[in-house]
Parts: sequence; C-alpha cells; structure tokens
Amino acid sequence: MTAACRSAPARARGWLLNGTGLLAALVVAFPLYWMVLSALKPRAALEAGDALPYTTEPSLDAFVRVLSVEGFGRYFVNSLVVALAVVGLSTLCAFLAAVALTRFRFRLRTTLLVTVLVAQMVPVEALTIPLFFLLRNLGGAVPALGLNHLGSLILVHTAFSIPFAIWMLRGFVGAVPQELEEAAAIDGAGSFRFVARILFPLVAPGVVACGIFSFISTWNDFLFAQTFIISASENQTLPIAVLGFFRPDENDWGGIMAGSVLMTVPVLIFFIAVQRHLVAGLAGAVKG
Amino acid sequence: MTATPVAAAAPGPGRTGGTPSAGRARGRLEPWIYLAPALLVLAGLMGYPLYQLVNVSFFDYRQPQVTGAEPLEFTGLDNYARLLGDPEFWTVLGNTAVFAGGCVLATLLVGVLLAVLATRLHPWVRTALFLAALGAWATPAVTGSAVWLFLFDPTLGLVNQVLSGLGLSGFEGHSWTYGKWSAFGLVGAEVVWCSFPLVMVTVYAGILAIPQEVLEAARLDGASAPRLVWHVMLPILRPVITTVTILSIIWDVKIFTQIYVMTGGGGIAGQNLVLNVYGYQQAFAANQYGLGSAIGVVMTLLLLGTTLVYLRALRRTGEEL
Repeated sequence: MTAACRSAPARARGWLLNGTGLLAALVVAFPLYWMVLSALKPRAALEAGDALPYTTEPSLDAFVRVLSVEGFGRYFVNSLVVALAVVGLSTLCAFLAAVALTRFRFRLRTTLLVTVLVAQMVPVEALTIPLFFLLRNLGGAVPALGLNHLGSLILVHTAFSIPFAIWMLRGFVGAVPQELEEAAAIDGAGSFRFVARILFPLVAPGVVACGIFSFISTWNDFLFAQTFIISASENQTLPIAVLGFFRPDENDWGGIMAGSVLMTVPVLIFFIAVQRHLVAGLAGAVKG
Repeated sequence: MTATPVAAAAPGPGRTGGTPSAGRARGRLEPWIYLAPALLVLAGLMGYPLYQLVNVSFFDYRQPQVTGAEPLEFTGLDNYARLLGDPEFWTVLGNTAVFAGGCVLATLLVGVLLAVLATRLHPWVRTALFLAALGAWATPAVTGSAVWLFLFDPTLGLVNQVLSGLGLSGFEGHSWTYGKWSAFGLVGAEVVWCSFPLVMVTVYAGILAIPQEVLEAARLDGASAPRLVWHVMLPILRPVITTVTILSIIWDVKIFTQIYVMTGGGGIAGQNLVLNVYGYQQAFAANQYGLGSAIGVVMTLLLLGTTLVYLRALRRTGEEL
C-alpha cells in the first residue's frame, strides 16, 4: 500500500495513528527528560517549584555538589567494582556450565536444566534473611566477604546472575557446530583447549551480552546494598547514595536528580548496546 | 524430554548439527568439571540459604537468640500459625494480590496495545517510541522511583502544579502517597512505566513473525481490523503472551524497591505493605527473623506454584528443554 493510492480517510487515520504513537513516545520519555532537566536547573528555581519544561540557565551545580560534597564518586566506584567483579565471575561460571549442559550428555542433565530454570524464579528477597546470617558468619572467617564489605555483594550477585546467564549462553554455545570440535580433536586439541581457544572466542558476543545483563542487575540492586552494608558507609553503593539525598523535611531534589542521572546513564548506554540481544536473549531465557 | 537430542535445546535457526555423537567415549567426569564452579556458587549461596530459610521459619528466632543471650527454641509451625492468625498478614496478602494483579493487567494492556500500534507506525515514529521505551526499561528501579516521586511531589511536583494550573481545586499540596490506593496507584504507574517495554518489544517481535499470507488471507475473507486482531493474531501470539504474562506475574509479586522507596518502607502505618516488604520489615525492622522467614517461605511457595503453571504452559505449546 503506497501513500499515493491511499484514500483521504485512510491518510487521516495514518496521521491519527502516528500522532498517537508520537504522544505515547513523549509520555514514556518524559520522566527521563524531567530527571535530566531538573538536574540541570539552578537550585533556587527548583526549590521555588519551577514547572517550566526548559531552563534558560542550565547549571552543573547539582552535579558538582553531589560529586564533591556527598562523596558520590566513591559510591560510583564501589558500584563499578562490584558490578565488574560480578560480570567476570558470573559469566565465567555460566559459560563453563553452559558448555557442560549443551555439549555433553550425562545423567541428571535435564534435572539440572530444570533446576536452573526454577532457580531464576526464586524470590531473591526472601533469601535476604538466611544470606544475612551466612555472610555474618563468613565475615568471621574471611572479613572481606562478610557484611559491610563489597565482597558480600559480589558473592551474592554472582550467585543470582548465574542461572539467567547459563540459560542465555546455552543457546550460543549450542549453536557452534559439533564438526568444529571433531576437527579440533583431529588436530590434537584436547577438550579444555577446544573450549578455551575455539569455543570461547566464537561465543564471545553472547558472553558480552550476558555480562551486560549481569552488570545491569547488579548495578541496579537496592535490597542487598541496603541490607548487607549496614555501618560501613564508605562501602555503600549508588542506590543508597541516591536515597541519602532524601531528607525528612527538605529533599534536595537537585541532588537526587543529578545522582539519578549519574546512576542511570551507564545502564542506558549498556542497554542500547545489547538491545539486539534483548528479545533473543529473553526468548532463549524464557522459552529455552 | 530426556530422549530429545541436545541439538533441539538451542534456539535459533541456521545451526548445523550440534548433536554429540552418542557412542563417543568421553570422560564421565568432564561435564562435572565444567559445572563445578557454577554448582559450587549456587549450592552455597542459593541452595543452602533456601534450606536455612525453611529451617529458621521453624524456630523462635529473635534478637536474643541472634546474640546468643537466649537459647534457640524449635517451635515447629508456630510462626506459620501466628502468621495465618494475624489479620495484618491477610491484609498484606490481599494488597499484594490486588497490587500485583493491577500491575500485570495494566502492563499487558499498555504493552500489547502499543505493540499493535507500533506495527502501523511510520518508521521514524516507531523508532522514537522504541527508544523511549528502551529508556524507561533501562532506568534503575531506585532512580525511576525517585523521578516519579518528584513528579508527584505535593508542593514542588509538576503534576500538582499543572492540575492546579488547569483550575482544578484541591491539588495544591495534594499528597499522592497519603491515601492507600492513591499510593499504590502511583507506585503501580512507575512499575508499568518500566515494565511495559518488555511486553511491547516481545509482542511486537511476535507480530512480525506472523506470516503475511495468513493476514492477507483473513483480509481477503473480509475480516475487519478488530476481528483480525482478536481472531487471527491473538491465537497465534498466545505462547508469547502466556510467557510475558507469567513473567510479569512473577516480577510484580516480587516488587520490593519501588514500594520501599516510594512509600518510605510500606506507607503510612504500613498501609502499602506487600508480602516482600512485610517479610523484610518483620525480619530487619522488628527482628522477628523466624516470622520473616515464614513469610519468605509462603512467598517462595506461591511463586513456585506460578512457575509450575508456566512450565506446563510451555510444555503444552511444544517447547522442549
């Protein structure tokens, strides 16, 4: 159907549909726009309840305040350290497990697959209580992995990222033809060599996508950061820092919005990077 | 399930034979070596805590027991009996059901409608819509909650200013989090905002995968647009919609961050508590670790039930593990 042969009512409907679509896009994008705008508005305007949808004098004051006065940079680095460690550990474990589950046939294979699927549904929040005590005891033996240390967050998030990562990587690993492995074996490459030198580079795109998912879920976490880092404020992560700007009477909205922008931007960039894998990955994760 | 070759497990076209030759002699230990790191981590940080959760729920475990001032006492099902006899628990359960149910319905409605709309949009408009949705999807729960709170702030929020500006009285300084259902509505709006994109993108991909011939044939037979959607597209999309529905249920029942941040830990006098936040507060605010664990167990069972329904639904649509 080309535009030329459309009748007038059809064209009017086209305008109406596109108008609705555009309006929906604006409404959906608006909170993000408002977040960035409010972070850039001068503090005085913000506290006077300035409702203008633009600002004539953008200022970076809120960002400066957040980064210098409140030590936001430190929290940013903490979040980054935890997320990167989780990405490394969880993708490594998940990749190896995916190799076992797709390229070998052994007893309990199906049972393990179902376990992995069910593990994704476990309400993480309910496990906070036993994890709290586990980490407290672990901290007695290895302080760096106990409460109030970043190690505790790394451990917990690694565990909770692995099931989804296995499920997603399974598709990528399984897609590598078996002939390749046989050829490598003829050339004298052992199984470990094949996995490390040939299989891993081949599924690298999948590993990257998977890593980004682990990064996002770790970066966004609020519950564990709130529960496990109790008294060591120097080991807090970003979500708690953002909440720190909420004050009982006088919320520093400029600070909250600037902090939110700083926390949201990395995720947004990563999200756009993996958006191609989103549906494929979810389909793989969801439907197997 | 066990009889299917491994090749069937991996999704995606364009694969050339991934079936391991059955008779090939391989070390029986080898897969377990690859599995070891993942299994170790999962057993230690998921399996063991899960066991402990159930275990603790059978004990009277409060602050004196944690510090060791009083001995641990096995109380069997006492925590559960207390829970079931507590009217607050039933209120919270009802809150959870209504809130999660509302969120799931609204998410599906918005997601599916926008997906259908997206197929008929000009490419530029569609890109704009998808970019906006991607942004909402990517926003962390904490920062999303912060922005929505700011938009609906009683005095400084844009929404109240616009509503008063339009001449509606009573919105000056109106608190959206004061009333129970108004607060749930606000949190729900934020939840729908950040979770409809998944539904939209998935259903959109599903619609694109419908063969054009099917739609053409229906149009030739004189099917109107609503009939086309209702009688042709929806049945084909059923597996996709089932999947996103159950995922939405699982996610929305588990919502924690948004409620915790937006209603300040459960609302005025706990009016906005949902199961997850309730269990958390019982454990970490009231130091009732045994009771909190019992709530966690109830919640896990509820979700496990949902998951089983999900697995069965998938099996029916012919998916294989």
